Parts: sequence; structure tokens; C-alpha cells
Amino acid sequence: MKAVHLQSNFKKSIYIMELRNYETVFILTPVLSEQQTKDTVEKFKKILTDNNAEIVNEDAWGIRKLAYPIQNKQTGYYYIIEFKAEGTLIAKLELEYKRDEKVIRFLTTVLDKHSIAYNERKQKGLIGKKPAEAKAE
Amino acid sequence: MTLVNEPIDKSVVRKKYCRFKKSGIKYIDYKNPDFLLKLVNEQGKILPRRLTGTSLKFQRKVATAIKRARHLALMPYVADGLK
Repeated sequence: MKAVHLQSNFKKSIYIMELRNYETVFILTPVLSEQQTKDTVEKFKKILTDNNAEIVNEDAWGIRKLAYPIQNKQTGYYYIIEFKAEGTLIAKLELEYKRDEKVIRFLTTVLDKHSIAYNERKQKGLIGKKPAEAKAE
Repeated sequence: MTLVNEPIDKSVVRKKYCRFKKSGIKYIDYKNPDFLLKLVNEQGKILPRRLTGTSLKFQRKVATAIKRARHLALMPYVADGLK
């Protein structure tokens, strides 16, 4: 984690945590009822917002077929959240994922400037248009 | 057929190029398995640069993207007859 040094040496130095962009994907078991799924998603969003994270974008893919079985399940409920937060939050979030039996897979990644630009374009529905033509085909 | 290696017609041999450099793609999305499928063989293995012509910089990104997609069960680790 990067800390920005603000003050000169005679004053007590203050460190400010730098906010970074992250993206997290988690897969829930397909056996949950609609309400349970909703509650679980809300729970993880609450963990983010309670820890001063700013949710940039979210995307519910819903039930999707898995490429290989996980815990003998052939499908899973995919949910993607993009957010801005301090790096210390990630450990907390992933601990919650591990503790929750309803989550069968998760992945959190840092977004660099290219991926932020990509996600912005995707939100506007520009992906697959002119500059990224090769990507869509 | 002669025993000597026959010369290759140079006009037919097309030079390989990096598709990401050429089309200006800067970020390879691991959530797009349809695109990543083009960069693996039918067993689900990552194709080498030698075959695809991808530059080293982007081959590394391709590799991470495919590995992330596999972790999220968007792509298989092992497959048979993907194509």
C-alpha cells in the first residue's frame, strides 16, 4: 500500500491511505431462494459501504453455467461489484467471503487505468464498437 | 518430389502480428470467455506466442486473464473438443 507523506520531519507525520479501484466477483450457490440471494448480495454490499468504500458499478449476471463443477454444482449465481476503497478493506472482505458458505468462488482484482477506461466504456455499451472491434468478434 | 527441401513461396507466407497492438486493445477482460476462447487450443491450453504472434507484453496479460477466467469457472481448466 502506498502512503503519502504530508508533513515535514518536525511535525508528527500524517499518512493518508490512498484509494484504489477494485473489482470483485463472487459466485453464490444456485440452491438459494431469490430472497436469500438478495440478502447475501446486500450483506456484502453493506460490508463495502460500512468501510467507507464507494461502489462505482455493479452487475448481476445471475445464474450461469459453470465451466466445471464446483462442490457438485453445475451452475452458479454471478455478481460483480466495482468499488473504490482503501487496501485494508480487501482482507476484511475476503475473510467474509471465506466465512460464508453460500459463496463458492470469489475473486478480487485491482483495476489499473486501462481497465477503468474499459469498464467505463463497457458501462456505456461501447465495447464491441469501433476501437474494440477485434474484441467483439 | 525431390529430396531437397522445396523453397517456400514468400508471397504466401504472411507475417504474424500482435492483434492487441494492431487494434489498440489495452486491457484484456477476464470476464469475456468468448474472446479468450480464441487464445486457447481445443484442450483449453493457452496458445503460445509462436502461433498467435501476440507480443510478450500482451501474452502476459492474456495468461493472467485466462487464469482468472478459469478460477471463476468461466473457462475450463481441462477440456476436450472445445472447438
